[in-house]
Amino acid sequence: MTSFDVPARVTTNAYDAIVIGAGHNGLAAAAKLGKSGRKILVLEAASAPGGAARGREFAPGFRSAGLAHLVNRLDPEVARDLGLTLAPKSGAAMPTVVLDGANEPAVLRGAYGETIDGVSVSEAEAFGKLREKLVYQAGILKRFLRRPPPQLGAIGIGDISTLAAAGFGLIRKGRAEGRDFLRMLLMNVADVADEYLEDDRLKGLLAFDATLGIHLGPRSPTSLLGLYYRLTGEVYGKAGGQFIPEGGMAAVAPAFLKAAEKTGVTIRCGARVGRILADRGRASGVVLADGAEFAAPVIVSAVHPRTTFLHLLDPAESDTGFLRSISHIRTAGNVAKLDLALERMPNISGLTGRDHNGRIVIARSMEHVETAFNPAKYGEFSPDPVMEIVLPSLADRTLAPDGACTLSALIQYAPYKLKMGWAAGKPAFLRIVLDILERHAPGIGKTIIAADLSAPTDIETEYDLPGGHWHHGELQADQLLINRPTRAASGYATPIDGLYLASAGAHPGGGISGLAGWNAARHILSGAKR
Amino acid sequence: MQTYDALIVGGGHNGLVTACYLQRAGLNVAVLEKNGWVGGAATSRELAPGFVYSNCSYVCSLFRPEIMRDLELPKHGLQVVAYEGGAVFTRDGDYLASYRDHDSHRREFARYSKRDAEAYDRYARDVTRQCRFIQPLLMRTAPDPFGFRPRDLSELLYLAKKFGEFSPSEMAETLRFWTMSISDFLDEYFETDVIKAYLAISGIIGTALGPMSPGTAYVLLHHYMGEVDGSVGAWGYARGGMGAVTQALSRSFEAAGGTIRTDAEVDKIFTRGGRTSGVVLASGEEVRAKLVVSNADVKRTFLTLVDEATLPQDFVHRVKHFKMRGSSGKVNIALDSLPEFPALPHESSCIRGDLHFTDTIERMERAYDDWKAGRWSADPMLDTMIPTTLDPTMTSPGKHFMSCFVQYCPPKVEGRDWTDADRDAFAETVVSQIADYSPGFRDRIVHMEVRTPRELENEVGLTEGNIFQGELTFDQLLFNRPVPGYAQYRSPIAGLYMCGSSTHPGGGVMGAPGRNAAMEILRDLKRSPEQMSKAHDVI
Repeated sequence: MTSFDVPARVTTNAYDAIVIGAGHNGLAAAAKLGKSGRKILVLEAASAPGGAARGREFAPGFRSAGLAHLVNRLDPEVARDLGLTLAPKSGAAMPTVVLDGANEPAVLRGAYGETIDGVSVSEAEAFGKLREKLVYQAGILKRFLRRPPPQLGAIGIGDISTLAAAGFGLIRKGRAEGRDFLRMLLMNVADVADEYLEDDRLKGLLAFDATLGIHLGPRSPTSLLGLYYRLTGEVYGKAGGQFIPEGGMAAVAPAFLKAAEKTGVTIRCGARVGRILADRGRASGVVLADGAEFAAPVIVSAVHPRTTFLHLLDPAESDTGFLRSISHIRTAGNVAKLDLALERMPNISGLTGRDHNGRIVIARSMEHVETAFNPAKYGEFSPDPVMEIVLPSLADRTLAPDGACTLSALIQYAPYKLKMGWAAGKPAFLRIVLDILERHAPGIGKTIIAADLSAPTDIETEYDLPGGHWHHGELQADQLLINRPTRAASGYATPIDGLYLASAGAHPGGGISGLAGWNAARHILSGAKR
Repeated sequence: MQTYDALIVGGGHNGLVTACYLQRAGLNVAVLEKNGWVGGAATSRELAPGFVYSNCSYVCSLFRPEIMRDLELPKHGLQVVAYEGGAVFTRDGDYLASYRDHDSHRREFARYSKRDAEAYDRYARDVTRQCRFIQPLLMRTAPDPFGFRPRDLSELLYLAKKFGEFSPSEMAETLRFWTMSISDFLDEYFETDVIKAYLAISGIIGTALGPMSPGTAYVLLHHYMGEVDGSVGAWGYARGGMGAVTQALSRSFEAAGGTIRTDAEVDKIFTRGGRTSGVVLASGEEVRAKLVVSNADVKRTFLTLVDEATLPQDFVHRVKHFKMRGSSGKVNIALDSLPEFPALPHESSCIRGDLHFTDTIERMERAYDDWKAGRWSADPMLDTMIPTTLDPTMTSPGKHFMSCFVQYCPPKVEGRDWTDADRDAFAETVVSQIADYSPGFRDRIVHMEVRTPRELENEVGLTEGNIFQGELTFDQLLFNRPVPGYAQYRSPIAGLYMCGSSTHPGGGVMGAPGRNAAMEILRDLKRSPEQMSKAHDVI
């Protein structure tokens, strides 16, 4: 029997399930639950749905489509199941361009560099070897992403079959590959790259991609996991691909919204949940900040686990050990987002016109990324940060007035807990970032109409994201699988009956994949007790 | 031409442990040591008249009690004096004392923070639990997950069973613990900087990682293992210096009829037709044996002593990429009187233990940043001891020997080789740090030996000066140490084995690699290792 069979109190405000938060995971969960014919209500604090994929006007006439500026891990099964069609028909994979400021750019084409321009033939071959190995290993890990993490002590048939499948996947290529997998799994990305590559730009790219959004440097053990995570994403059936949807990133939130609405889900925006009603360990509904009350036997929280258990739920409902583990979740963001309003399209040195449509990474070398990381450990931003740039208005003309252009950059490292405080730090950091952009796109400074830098603290306020961390908690080995967000709440179910987690803070983590929400919904529908 | 049943290349503590077990099992064993003395990194040397130095390893913390018993080391003269305290000096002139006794320790913590004193019980309990899981692994050969041999499978089952004894939450905790940084781990318990700094030291000693690097919480266990035994052996000075450990092993070995040859540097290990037949010494002399066991690290063994061409390519490739990465130096100081530390109360027992001068984790991490950039730390992390406060045998009365373990110190200085000038500048950072807390310290110095990774490599034979014969990161632990598929002390060459710290469970004066290697060799010889006591699982 599923928790649904517990009869809901018969009031007009009674639902089969209430989803807190209309971010893409919340909407994915709602859509999946809605398909089962249940009566679902989604409550969103903001005036519009979309969560971190919610667009905003950052300067008169200029819009930003949200935190994420490209899609690289939307899960194909989720997309199929919910009828999301985001990937452009063209099927043209978006290139990645690496700039070091000295040499011509290295351009990775196809899905994560199936071919590479701007590097020697032998280097391209070496990258191909490494890419093949990493994609193979990521493929083994991928099996664990589409289902709840195995519950230790209560390993189920599903878990065993997944483990068996993974085990088979391991020996399929022979002992050597299997052994190499167990050796590399928790390595740092620097040592792996050094073993295969010579080219500093490619090493810099791997270092950047492995650590983006994670508080690790490329030489920190386990940093390779970040790269595996990226490579578990697939586009057009190819690992490591990336794209900007038809009509730009602004199309993402509506797509998830449509998926939810067409299953008859009710969505109410501007409805901030103040409290989750629970009594003696069982959730029964929610109360909005304005006092309105809604009842449901199933509450799905698609907001940060810390918010869920420390603010929405009465702490008295949880035991101290559990509350401690929740308060121990490391969730201090380390990435700043820059939105620029430009008079015209910038001209980035050494870049052909069409490659301006790509993802542009500024990272000179592995050392560059590592050195940029050092200050972040002590609550200082890097004086020489690394970043990833996209020109969103090229894909979506509506983001900027005719002829004008927007630029979006994710810059690391910019620690949430800045010693000097972001109020004081922001102007200085913005100056540093603009200087770097000027070096790579001479003249861009003069065309800037407006610059909007969001420090992790701003991201926290804008999107209700504790710590401004888009993964809702560090994506590090000790906060994955059965420890995401924490053991007692790792299988979407929580110690509170009827309360489930469905945000990026739950397995498998962040990025626009829809998996956390979709997995949570499937778990609820399966009727599994835990 | 001399012929033996087995040759041990290198007379370090692990080599001697293997030698003892093999000799006692009835083999005719010879230990071949390049130096004029045995001991490897566990030696006592009189480097200044009247001063005996433990000039490499400096505490007897991890040596396995089972081995002490098996080889009757106490009978052969090994005495371990547990040390009595310790202190971390803070920059504001205060200090954090440490005591072997849990409750006194707790009281000292309370002086800084009641909350931390409370947390200390929780911390001690959790760490002990982790030790309890890891400890049985030390004295067992790591199973090969892809070996598919009955023994590998049964070992895997054994580990699964050990792990299965945990509750789900304990399992989850263990998975977290193994992958966390010591800094993040301590943040979950403590709020006081100096307390965190004090506890973090064990997470980074000997590694090329900073306290904020994932995986350092595990390294903590490596240094706590002795602690858990609760036996007197845990955390102490070997009376007469660390050489006492290897001297006792030598006596035990010779008492069993074994041969030790010093000044007998091995030049090459014969590997014809995929099997070994002995070695040739630097002198040109050939010594024959069907079994050769290398105590040297994996790089030295297979890239220098063995002809690469006789080894599988992928094996050589892995050995070349095995991470050594020396990260520490050693400054050994002879003092004409006991240094004063005004911060400490008069006659404090703290001085009879480990002394530290790094009072925040940030300072340790910044010291590591220097190492990453290829420099020795401007503000290094010292692990300092004055064993002569408890052991009168090392110096004449009133005189003292001070051992300073220094982290971090790179194998190369910004990519180039060390010069003597570099070495002296490095030593100066150490002496000045101590002098900051001990007025008149410089004037007491009679003699000083400075060892950077360069000296550790050239004099002790540790490649890149890595004291563990290889980094203790996940990719180099258990079935990955030193090379996946060759983590059971055997090599691609029949009859050639490894017994050094490059093998599981790794470094520290523990003796476990040496014992496990002997175990595997005797297994291959179909001899029951009856005089080998079972590794004890229960604490």
